[in-house]
Amino acid sequence: MVDFENVYTLIQKELRDARHNRWFVLYTVAFAGLSLALAWLALSGTGNYGLAGFGRTSASLINLVLLIVPLMGLTIGALSLAGEREKGTLIYLMAQPVNQLELLLGKFIGLALALIASLGLGFGLTGLLIAVNGSGTELSTYFFLLLLSCLLAVASLSVGFLISATVTRSATAVGIALFLWLFLVFFGDLGVMGTAVVLQFNINQLFAAALANPLQLFKLASILNLRQNLEVLGPAGVYAVRTYGDRLMPALIGLLLLWVILPFILTTQIFKRKGVL
Amino acid sequence: MNEMITVTNVTKRFGGLTAVDDLTFSVQAGEAVALWGANGAGKTTALRCMLGLLPFEGQVNIAGSSIQKQGKKARKLMGFVPQELNFHDDMTVAETLTFYARLKKVPAGYDFMPLLNRLELASHIQKPVHDLSGGLKQRLALALALLADPPILILDEPTANLDIRAREDFLLLLHELKVGGKTLAFSSHRLEEVTALADRVLLMEAGRLVIDAPPQELEERLGWESTLHLYLPEPVIEPALETLTAYGMPVSRNGRGVRVQVKPGEKGKILHILHEAGIEIEDFTVE
Repeated sequence: MVDFENVYTLIQKELRDARHNRWFVLYTVAFAGLSLALAWLALSGTGNYGLAGFGRTSASLINLVLLIVPLMGLTIGALSLAGEREKGTLIYLMAQPVNQLELLLGKFIGLALALIASLGLGFGLTGLLIAVNGSGTELSTYFFLLLLSCLLAVASLSVGFLISATVTRSATAVGIALFLWLFLVFFGDLGVMGTAVVLQFNINQLFAAALANPLQLFKLASILNLRQNLEVLGPAGVYAVRTYGDRLMPALIGLLLLWVILPFILTTQIFKRKGVL
Repeated sequence: MNEMITVTNVTKRFGGLTAVDDLTFSVQAGEAVALWGANGAGKTTALRCMLGLLPFEGQVNIAGSSIQKQGKKARKLMGFVPQELNFHDDMTVAETLTFYARLKKVPAGYDFMPLLNRLELASHIQKPVHDLSGGLKQRLALALALLADPPILILDEPTANLDIRAREDFLLLLHELKVGGKTLAFSSHRLEEVTALADRVLLMEAGRLVIDAPPQELEERLGWESTLHLYLPEPVIEPALETLTAYGMPVSRNGRGVRVQVKPGEKGKILHILHEAGIEIEDFTVE
């Protein structure tokens, strides 16, 4: 049985640690700085601040989120359990009246909240800049992009957490996380395209293969949020909207949620089998 | 007496290596039991199994609760002092105590000061943990283990990182806790620690329990010998050598005094012989 008082204590501890974690601070500053810069460019690109709004900045932010947010989630997640295991603090924590699920939930939720706060700060400052210098139109689009970014961050964290539970050394965990980030960000598209050519995928199979990458899920959901269609993605996008219609967005969000839940469940199983060493 | 810890056929393997091999023993309430053996004998792994930190074959029961099935309930009854004192170094002593007190369900508003005063930590409460000396960290570990006043203490090489003075102080603290009714299970590779504190010694070799006996009996069974260093005034060193040689003692000169190989239980006899011969002893140490 899960004692939520213990989970809450561990969440508070993680939030405290995140404030002292130089990686976290660095990611937060980098994300906030870059999103502010992108917003500034988006606003000034119109030649007239008043014409630019949240929609234009949201489009610019999608690529920034695709690049930075998975890196944040994967590396912070990868460092979590492996780092504590390496320092020896994990074994001491587990010697207390705490069970494994409480520990994992506490750490995961704490880190997820810290990531959300970090993204919230970046989006918040950028939103403030737009509100002051631009127009307030398409605020809901911007807010929905923040929600999708948070979901991507937590999904990446979950995968990082799984890596962390699997390996013993934090350097190995971070190495795997960086490789995975590189693969998902830079080689994901190429991999799907290459596989599609070699295996002669039809449009349905091509779309399904793209959905295996959480970054693609985020990208599709974000563009759909922005434009109400996926024509910009070519035939696969048109196929997806025509086939799934209004069910597409809930399906994409559902699949992103699966990327949160499934790695976490796997983490609990691996942690149970492996113990604290 | 009731059994506080029951370890039954516990085996722990790491790949092809069997770290603990079919270990069975029990510890009664108020008893102090030492797991004694060389490095790599399986002592730490056995303690970790007792705390439910590792998956293992066999069974461990803590006051009737299975560590595998009721881990949290069982761990509530145990305070743990690890060998490596790895706390969250950037937290202060007060923050560390508060964090672990919450996990151990110590009531809000609990006054830590009597515990901190007893362990001489009160003046360090606002210091970050990384500023504490090894001895103070060890005391902090004991303070954390004693939060919520558990009846059992599990200590893994509790004095391994301490200098001689701090070690003696710490052993005295543990002795007081034992007298106060705590059940102690600790690992050590130090003879003096085992003989000073334990009611029973479990000698482990390659993960197996070889001997389970009181320290005195173990000393006799293993034929342990100690080296007694006696520090004497210069004029009486030669008479002391002659006197002890006459009693058949293996004695030799050693710097400021003499060195004698002593069988278990014979240290007092040496001192008595020299006292009877009118030889003044300035100081002595046992190795």
